[in-house]
Formats: sequence, C-alpha cells, structure tokens
Amino acid sequence: MRGYRWLTVPVVIAGVLLAAACGSSSKSTTPTQAPGGATAPAASSSPSAAAAPQCNKAPNQTEGVTATEISIGNTDAYSGPASAYAVIAKAEDAYFKWVNDQGGVNGRKIKFTSLDDSYSPPKTVEQTRALVEQDHVFADFNPLGTPPNTAIRQYLNDRGVPQIFVATGAATWALDHPKYPCTIGWQPNYQSEAIIYGKYLLANRPDAKVAVLFQNDDYGKDYLKGLKAGLGAKASQMIVKEESYETSEPDVSPHVTTLKNTGADVFIVVATPKFAAQAMKAAAQLDWKPLIIDNSVSVDLNTMKAAGAGADGVISAAYLKDPSDPAWASDATVVQYKDILAKYGSGADPNNVFNFYGFAVADTLVQAIKQAGQDLTREGLMKAADNMNYTSPYLLPGITIHTSDAQKDWAPIEEMQLEKYSVAKGSWERFGQVLEGAVR
Amino acid sequence: MREFAQLLIAGLSTGAIYASLALALVLIYQSTEVVNFAQGEMAMFSTFIAWELIDKGMPFWAAFALTLALAFFGGVTIERVIIRPVEKASVLTIVIVTVGLLLIFNNLAGGIWGFQLKTFPSPFPSGTWQVSGVVISQQSVGVFGVALLVMALLAVFFRFTALGLAMRATAMNREPAELMGIHTTWMLALGWGLAAVVGATAGVLVAPIVFLDPNMMQGLLLFAFAGATLGGFESPGGAVLGGLLVGVAQAMIGNYVSFIGTDLSLTVAMAIIVLVLVFKPTGLFGQAAARRV
Amino acid sequence: MGGIWQRAHVPSLAWLGVALLLIIFPPWLAGGYRIFQFTFVVIYLIAILGLNIVTGYNGQFSLGHGAFFAVGAYVTGALMFHAGAPYWATIPLAGLTAGVVGFLFAIPALRLSGLYLALATLALAISVPQILKKWESVTGGVQGLVLTKPHSPIGALTSDQWLFYFTAVVALALYIAAWVVLRSSVGRAFVAIRDNEVAAEAAGIPIARFKTLAFGMSAFYAGVAGSLSAFVVAYVAPDSFDFLLSLNLVVGMVVGGTGTIVGPALGAVFIEFLPSYSQDVSRAAPGVVEGVVLVLFMYLMPTGVAGFVATAGRKALSLVRRRTADHAAAGPVTPTLADQEPRAGPGEGG
Repeated sequence: MRGYRWLTVPVVIAGVLLAAACGSSSKSTTPTQAPGGATAPAASSSPSAAAAPQCNKAPNQTEGVTATEISIGNTDAYSGPASAYAVIAKAEDAYFKWVNDQGGVNGRKIKFTSLDDSYSPPKTVEQTRALVEQDHVFADFNPLGTPPNTAIRQYLNDRGVPQIFVATGAATWALDHPKYPCTIGWQPNYQSEAIIYGKYLLANRPDAKVAVLFQNDDYGKDYLKGLKAGLGAKASQMIVKEESYETSEPDVSPHVTTLKNTGADVFIVVATPKFAAQAMKAAAQLDWKPLIIDNSVSVDLNTMKAAGAGADGVISAAYLKDPSDPAWASDATVVQYKDILAKYGSGADPNNVFNFYGFAVADTLVQAIKQAGQDLTREGLMKAADNMNYTSPYLLPGITIHTSDAQKDWAPIEEMQLEKYSVAKGSWERFGQVLEGAVR
Repeated sequence: MREFAQLLIAGLSTGAIYASLALALVLIYQSTEVVNFAQGEMAMFSTFIAWELIDKGMPFWAAFALTLALAFFGGVTIERVIIRPVEKASVLTIVIVTVGLLLIFNNLAGGIWGFQLKTFPSPFPSGTWQVSGVVISQQSVGVFGVALLVMALLAVFFRFTALGLAMRATAMNREPAELMGIHTTWMLALGWGLAAVVGATAGVLVAPIVFLDPNMMQGLLLFAFAGATLGGFESPGGAVLGGLLVGVAQAMIGNYVSFIGTDLSLTVAMAIIVLVLVFKPTGLFGQAAARRV
Repeated sequence: MGGIWQRAHVPSLAWLGVALLLIIFPPWLAGGYRIFQFTFVVIYLIAILGLNIVTGYNGQFSLGHGAFFAVGAYVTGALMFHAGAPYWATIPLAGLTAGVVGFLFAIPALRLSGLYLALATLALAISVPQILKKWESVTGGVQGLVLTKPHSPIGALTSDQWLFYFTAVVALALYIAAWVVLRSSVGRAFVAIRDNEVAAEAAGIPIARFKTLAFGMSAFYAGVAGSLSAFVVAYVAPDSFDFLLSLNLVVGMVVGGTGTIVGPALGAVFIEFLPSYSQDVSRAAPGVVEGVVLVLFMYLMPTGVAGFVATAGRKALSLVRRRTADHAAAGPVTPTLADQEPRAGPGEGG
C-alpha cells in the first residue's frame, strides 16, 4: 500500500489544477445567455416577435376553475437550507384566506396548494407534476428559486400551465418570455437593481475603486453582470476585486479582509441577510470605511441591526414598503397587512419582509385574475399578466407594476428607489427619484 | 506582511469557531465512539433556548448556566430514550438515528422560532484591538480563549479524573469496563450529556458572530468535522488545532492562490485535508490503533 | 454472508419474478406523475445498490456518493446539451467517467478507514458542486443545463412510461451484474476485506486492488443513476446534488438493509416517498415527521427492512419447527447483517 501513497499527490493536485484550469478558461460566456450579457438583445427572441406571446397550449383552458373556485398551486422550501423562504408561501396562504372571506375574486374562492420541494430541482419537478396532474391546479403561482423554476419551465409551457410571478430575480423570465409564454417573473430582477447602483456610482463616485462580495450562484452572478452593465465602459477600471463566498461558509469576514486590502473605497455587498450583516459588521471592525452598497435582498431591520455600526450610511434600493419601518406605521396598506396577518397568519412575524412580499405578490395575482375577467382561461390569465398597469399599494409611491405586449416589456417591476440607512434613527431614508434599471 | 497577519487573524477567528464545535464532536466520540450528526443541531437548539431566556429578560450568565443545565439533561435524556434502544445495533444504524435527530431538531427550531435571522448578545466586548495596524476583534479572542479553556478541561477530565477514565474505558471496550464495576450504561448517557453541554457552549459562543437561525450549524458542522478529523478524533488539543488549521487554510487560499480564485477555496481546503489524512491517516494527533489480527 | 449466495438460487429466481412484475405493471396503474416517482425510485435504487457495494459489501463508509451521481448526470447533461448526443448513448460514458473518478479517489482513500474515510468522501461531496459551478462553459454554471426530455420511440407508450421501462431495464441489468459479481470470487474478496482486512491480506487477497475496484464499481453505479436522472428530470443543476443527496443515499441503504441485495430497492422506496408523505402529515414541519419516522424505523428494524424480514422469517420458521414455546425465544436469531456491518471507527479497536 505504501506505493499508492505517493500516487495520491499528483492525482489530487492534478484534479484541482484541472478544475481550476477548466474554470478559468471559461469566464465570460454562459450557454444560456448571450455573450455580453444584459445589454445584448435576448438571444431567444423569436423571429415572429411581432406577435404577442401566447400561452395557449393547454387542451383544457379552464382546468382547475369552477364556478366557485380557482385552484392555485405553489412550491416552496419548507425544509432544507432555503427554508427561510417558506414564510412567503405561508403569507400567501393567509392572504388568500382573507380574500376568500371577503368573497373571493370575481365570485370565486382561491384554493391554494403549496408543496415542499426543499429547493431541489428534481423534487420541484416531482411536486409540480403532482400539482398539475393530480391536483389539477389552474396555475403554478410564485414557485421559489431560479434553479427550481428553470427545471419546471419547459414542462409547464409544454402543458400550457401558467407559471406566474415566479419568486426569483433572474433576468431570464422577462428576456425569454417569447420562448416561454406561460412563464413570467414579478420582482425587479437582480440585474436591474445592480444597473441602478452602477448608474449611481457613475454619477456620484466616478473615480471609485469598487470591491464586490457576492454569493457564488445565479443570484450573485446576475448582480455582478448588472453592475458591469451599469458601469459600462468603466467597469473594468472601477471594479478592483470580485470576491465570492459559498453559503456553507460560517463567516465571510476573511473575504472582507481580502477586499479591504485592495484599498477599495466602495464596497458592494451581494449577499443574503446573514452574510450581508457579517460583511458590514466586519468592515466596521476592520476599521474599513468605504461607501457600502447593500443589495435589497438583505435590508430588513433585523439584518441592519445585526450589522451594528457597520450599517451606518449604507445605501440600498427598495421597491416594497418596509412593514418594520416606522415611516409606514400608519400607512393604510401596512396597517391592513398587519391585521390580516394577525388574524390569518397563525403567529407570523409582521416585521419579516417575506410576509409582506407574499402579500404583495398574491395581491398582484388577484389583480391579474380580476383583469382576466369572468371567463377565466389560462391563456387569458397570462394575457392579463402580460399587459398590466397596476399601482400596487404594497409598492413604494411612484413604482408601478407594468407589463405590455406592445412594448415587449415582460418585467412587472423594474423601478426602485435608493435609500440610506441611519444607525442613530434605526431606519432607512429614501432619497432621489425612482430609478429605472430595465434589462433589454 | 500586515495583510498576511490580518488574514491569519481572520482565519484563526473562523477557525476558533470550528474548534469549539469540533470539541463537542471529539467529546462524544471519546465517550461513546459514535459520530453524532445531530451535534450541531442540538447545539443550535440549546442556543435558541438561551436566546429565549435572554429575550424573556434573564441576565446573560444566568441564562447561559440554565441553558447548560438543560442541555445536559437533554443530552442524557436523548441517550436514554432514543439511542439506548439501538445501541447494540451497528454503527451505521446509530448514525442514521442521529440523522433523524438532525432533521427533528432543525425543523422543530424552525417551527418554534422561525428561520429568520436573530442577533444574539455576546458575552465579550464588541470592540477591537489594533496591534501595529492589524485589527483583532475582542469577540474572536473571547471565543478562542473559551475554546482553549474547554480543551484544557476536557484533556484533564479524560486523563486525570476517575469519571473521565471510566467513560473512556466504556467507550473503548464495554465488557471489561463492566467487569471492572463501571456503570457503563450511565457512562454513555453522561457522555451525551457532557457533549450537549460543550455543544451548547459552542453555540452560545459563536451565535453572536454567525447569528442565530436554525441552519446556523450546517456548514459549520462540516468544517468542525473536518477540523476534528484533521486533528485526530482522539485528542481535544488536536481538534482545536485542526479547527484552526481549517480556518486559516480557507482564508489563505482564497487570497493567495489567485489562479484558483475564491470560488474554489472550499475545494482546495478539502483537498488539503484529504492529503494530510493520506500521510497521517488517523489525524495529526491521533495514534495509530493497534490492529487486531 | 457467502452462504446466502450459495443457497440463494431459488429465492433469487422468485425475486426476479417479483422484480419483473414490479417493472411491467406500475406504468399502467398510475398517472404520469406517479410514474415519474417510480422512475426516481428505480434511479435511487441503482445509486444505493452502488453504495451498498462499497459500504455494505466492502466496508468502506462513503458519505459522498452524491458526487459520483453528479458526475454521471453532468456527463450526460453536457453530451446532450453541447454535442446533441442521444440520451441512451451517454449512459455508458457517464457511468465510466464516474467509475474512473471513483477509482482515482479510492487510491488516496486506501489509507483511510472508518470516520476518516467518511470525511474524505464528505469532502468530495462538498467539492463537486463547487467545481460544477466554476466550470461554466461545460456545466452551465449555477443555471445548469436544460435538456430535452426523451420521446418514446414506441407509439403506445407515453414518454413517462417509456422512461420508466428504460430505467427499469437498466436497473435490472445492473442488479443482475451486481449479483453475479458479488457472488463471484471478487465479491467474496470484498466481503473478506470488510470482515477482517488483516486476515484477508494474510490469505493473499490483494487489498488495494479490490478496494479500489469496489470503489470504482460503486461509483459506476452511482454515475449511471445520475445519468438517468439527468434526462428523466431534463435538467441538471448544482443544487440537485447537494450534501443531502449523499446523506439520503446512506439513509436509503441502511433503512433498506446494509449488505443485502433487496435492501436497495426498499431503501429507494423509502427515500423517494418519505418526504412527500411527511408533508401530508405536517405541512408546518415535515422534517420532524421525517426524523421521527427514521428513528422509529431504526428502533424497530435496526438491521434495515431486509434484515428485519430475514430475522423475522427465521424466527417464525424456528417456531414452527420446534413448537416448543420456551425454546422459541432463544431461537437462532442470526445477526448476520448486524455484526458484519462496517465499523465507523478509526483502527479496529483495542
């Protein structure tokens, strides 16, 4: 056996080198995305783009709809590492219960079936098929996550089942809508938000040295892509370091140390709440005082409080009202949200922004169903979702839900407003105008 | 040089987190020769209890003490009620039972407290020291210190106290231990109780840094496991050093091995551990066990 | 253990009959979604069968078979996506690639045992998704690769029914292959090494060769399973191959019955259906239900379902034969499975 021992070293090293080499030779392109990323035209826009996309493949256009009921399905991560997001589906359930008690939508009650997929794509396929083939749902509403949604997109489009207002910020839902007419997103996509940050930096800190910490997945990389698009030609000059972390790491402060050492004076944090809080806190502890831009994924007050002194002066962007923000304490929508959640939400925390998100997106679905009219069909629902102009009371003033077949705009929310956090006040303060970060 | 020192400190701080949890793994292995996959989740659950107590207005140290007591009884109860019926089965069977416990504790905590991030008060000051430009967080020094203290206590306990020796004997070879008059069944339960206490200590120590949520321990446990293995499951000192090494390796590789890039730092850290094991198959501090022929 | 194999001709034919029944009928009894689940049972079965070879029969504890599963899935995914290869043609290459990775990995792993081997395999399970993300031009990075779902070449079958039969036939072939190998001299060498490595070495068995062979063969099975999963799901992404997959395979192996030939099938059913049934019981905390069921299973059947059935069968048999109640309790409860399972400890004890 001794002989084998020495064989190991070259085997292991060769393996690592091979992995690294394969990785580094392929930085720029993704097979699913055109080279050049966000600014390039959608690779998949079909030649017949003149015609509006139609989700009309379903043989039974009214499956899941009766005179008194609409059956809506959903998948979310009730178990596994992404289970923090299950709050969203529970909030949607609470919201639909309330809607039903108010008489439903166009006289129909909503039957909401939400299943656990553990954020694992094969499980998502399985559960979605259960929803479609066994529960005969009318539409799959707000399923969670980019990989799970990617896994079921072809299946749902083949069957003509709406995959409506998905809970992910990937750019593909809007860009590839002509190819997948039954699929549409909802929230501002990650690239839009990053474009807004890029534009802000170009206007206000054109000589900045930018360091980025990002999560090593689709979400992190989409932000990075958007940031580069927003900075345009100056991107390579301004961005001095891109550092990624894995969600399995317990503490990202070593990465922050590396970033500080680059001498950057702008620090962009593309991280989920736990890691964003750690990063901001670590910057303060290391006595590093750059301008910190924190992505909107991690702006709830819990996170900002956890970041301690590091949260002061942090800039982010928002599109939803924040239910924990005292500024909205007497806002009619927020008050109503808290009442409904208290009554139907079985002890859910009203300050958790995911609850508010769930209400907002469920409200948009109700709006789309209303708009589709009394003769509800799958094709009709998607037509409605493709042509919305809705001022949602859950969004910040000035931000609307807007889609249009005529304008080829299938990204419901594309606007955000910048905001700045103050530790002394313990809250965000919005500033400047509503900004648009359309990805075309 | 200052950069290097700063990275070293960052790596050691993360490593101290691994080390404190690795100690709990070593303890349960020392006293029962079982790898408890639920160790991290048990620690997380204890930490939530401490959080609840503090949230209800109890002073930090009182809540800490009460949590440790509850953790001890919880650990003993789990051994008596859940592990005992399968203790004669194969090691794999026990491992699967601990996987079941992992699922139960994780989901139970999520059901009770939710998955949203919670901040946890630190027993140590949140300030920093500056030593010739290198920043050292007092919290990390605190974690480091407590990990060393627990390590020393464990080493003394297993080497010099009658109880520790009895537990060791039970774990290694049950029948002779029984013949020597040791209450082996209680020794095993005691081992679980003590491991739960060390785990709870680790949880309370690291929660201010990694924050509190039901999934806080999942990544952590893997690296703690790596640290314990690297150091050798036989030795508390090895576990601490192993944990520190894993932390430092992660920090250094991300920064200095630039052609690999940070997104493979985990892979490289793992490769190094495997390589070390190839040359020291029982860990850096483990002793090669005599083979029975 | 070898004894079972010699005595097993008649029962094994019976099992083959059962297997054929289970293959032929389900697609006609259930809708597409159920068939998809059954197909996944078959896929897990192949992976657990592979794991069982290295852990159950050869005594090398692996926590990282999800990694080999992923390698197989990605070989198929990349060949289909980039080269437009037909799905069936990718399977051998997927299996072989995973097998070679397993074989190479087994070389350093030779020096490790028990816990330390478990850690090394765990490291592999953690690293592979990271490498997949990095190697974007081939793997599609975190977004993964969307594949075309195979159509049925037979008009009378739906795509789901076709895929079920297809995977089932692959599984049957692999099952028979495993059965043949495990009862050959190679299989006996695997078991001899598991039971007592030193004695096996003294008996002239080339330990290193057989241990790496077991690992390679085992990884081949996992790779084939991954390959099948890639086109059945029609999508590969790093999120599909997290550590939970590796853990699930171990759970399936132990619950089914470690070191038994029918165990993998039972374990596969268990890990496929447990999550969906748990959430029917409790939507709020499916994990608690899953955990409790797992613990109860281990309580009632510490040697897995297969072990339990075998033990219970022998107990019943001895009862009938002796008809003396006072002797029945002390009947020949053969712990064949229990005491031959791998020890997860460094060294072999004092």
